[in-house]
Amino acid sequence: MDKVTQISIFAENKLGKMEKVTKVFSDAKINILAISITSTNAFGIIKLMVDKPELALEKLKEDGFTVSLTEVLAIEMTDQPGGLHDVVHILAQNNVNIENASVYVAESRKSAYLLVEVKDIENAKRVLENVGLKFYSRKEAK
Amino acid sequence: MSLALCSKNTLRQTEKMFWQKQVETMDRMTLEAFQLQKLQKTVRNVYKKVPYYRDKFDELGVRPADIKTLKDIRKLPFTTSDDLRFNYPYGMLAVPGENVVRLHTSSGTTGKPKAIFFSAKDINNAAQLIARCLVMTGMTRGDVLQNMMTYGLFTGALIMHYGAEKLGVLVIPAGSGNTDRQIALMQDFNSTAVHITPSYALYLGAALQKRGIDPREGLKLKRAYLGAEPYSEETRGKIEDIFGIDVYNSYGLTEMNGPGVGFECTEKNGMHIWEDMFLMEIINPETGEEVREGEVGELVFTTLQRDAMPIIRYRTRDLTSVLPGKCKCGRTHCRISRIIGRSDDMFIVKGVNIFPQQIEQVLMCIKGVAENYQIVLGSYDDMTIRVEISRGLFDGNIEHLLALKSLITDKVRSAVLVKPQVELLESGTLPVSEGKAKRVIDNRTL
Repeated sequence: MDKVTQISIFAENKLGKMEKVTKVFSDAKINILAISITSTNAFGIIKLMVDKPELALEKLKEDGFTVSLTEVLAIEMTDQPGGLHDVVHILAQNNVNIENASVYVAESRKSAYLLVEVKDIENAKRVLENVGLKFYSRKEAK
Repeated sequence: MSLALCSKNTLRQTEKMFWQKQVETMDRMTLEAFQLQKLQKTVRNVYKKVPYYRDKFDELGVRPADIKTLKDIRKLPFTTSDDLRFNYPYGMLAVPGENVVRLHTSSGTTGKPKAIFFSAKDINNAAQLIARCLVMTGMTRGDVLQNMMTYGLFTGALIMHYGAEKLGVLVIPAGSGNTDRQIALMQDFNSTAVHITPSYALYLGAALQKRGIDPREGLKLKRAYLGAEPYSEETRGKIEDIFGIDVYNSYGLTEMNGPGVGFECTEKNGMHIWEDMFLMEIINPETGEEVREGEVGELVFTTLQRDAMPIIRYRTRDLTSVLPGKCKCGRTHCRISRIIGRSDDMFIVKGVNIFPQQIEQVLMCIKGVAENYQIVLGSYDDMTIRVEISRGLFDGNIEHLLALKSLITDKVRSAVLVKPQVELLESGTLPVSEGKAKRVIDNRTL
């Protein structure tokens, strides 16, 4: 598995909104691996990588959230100074623009993944594989 | 048995789908000259016979002789439903009591009903209009109309009944309710058309399926005439699909005969108003002035050939607009859009009159938003539209949401000429109310 499913949740900019989201995960024993929040004045989108995306989607829908699944690339990098730079340097060189990104630290000080949303995911993957980048696979996940 | 009659007369009828072709296709100039003549006659008549109108005219200093063109109708007073109630029961009669043969009433939600009287001539005219309407949709002798409206004080069932008989179709006066009997009648007598409320049509479709009868294959139904309740274009499509038939919109009100004032032809693009019987105006409900061509406003009718109870400039409270251009069917009588709401719902922002339905129409045409919305008027005379995004179309992309927001802003601004603030909400956030939803929240303090 070299693409990762990310969950996007529409959220009005209101006090306690995030708490309602995390409660769903907490109750369903779903682990959050990475999170990012994009926000405008009135609303935002919370994006999450979790260990059980299908279950998370189901539970969120049950609770009336407006959600969708998006595929992202999870690019392997080292969790040390320069790790992120090395990866984004390659992306830039290969004309892959980052639409949205967050980071999942798999093992502190050792390995991490840059989760990126790109316009043409198939093409980006092919290009990046050719230049030797590695992607997350589920086997490695704990 | 009745179907055996079918073939004899169909040819002549279907060849030209007109009941009174000369009137229905009259060129505009002739039609307007005819209208003026009938208007002048009506005005003279009410001035002479109806003290209520005479007093009103005198108050405004207007005389029947002042009506020299159709535009002069502006000089005449409006008649509201309150005026009809005020004159209940006989105050508006223009003929001696023994000349009327029928009473219908229109119930209001408040207090007294409105009494509407018909002479024999009025009943005949109303029936002629229905015959025009039915023929316009392709109905002919040999058709079987099952009339599922309530027979009684309400005009819906009876006027349709008389019109269908005039045309010569078999009418089954089934009345409303009793679904088992309705189904049995439809099957036993091969009903080809129904006159029905939209909600009962949906119910009937489900009831048929429940009994193992395919509404598309198990019946001889070809057409349905929907009335008495407002319904959307989506509901029309749904009913057409369930039964595999054509559904026609109709417009009418008891004050103007009941059904058959306006009706769709097979183009299904707006309802023709029978302008030889009714002089139509579309006005700004606030100022009473005529709106510009094609603009949304309140429908106002003056009866042109009413005998027992002529009514001058009746405020229907129904909002619509006149559709531009000629209809392909060949009829010259104007078409109006589906009734989009009631003029009582109008509000004013920055000096502009806005109807919630105008905004609703915009929202309905935009992908990505759900049905529920709210209009909030703020203290700086600003308008915020709160709309729920549709669950199914959310893709997690914030740029798409921002684009949706500005699309709504632009479309609403071009529809109502006021730039709104737009708030996107999660679906399920806004209160869902049955029936008349509270769409407009006015927080302005003046």
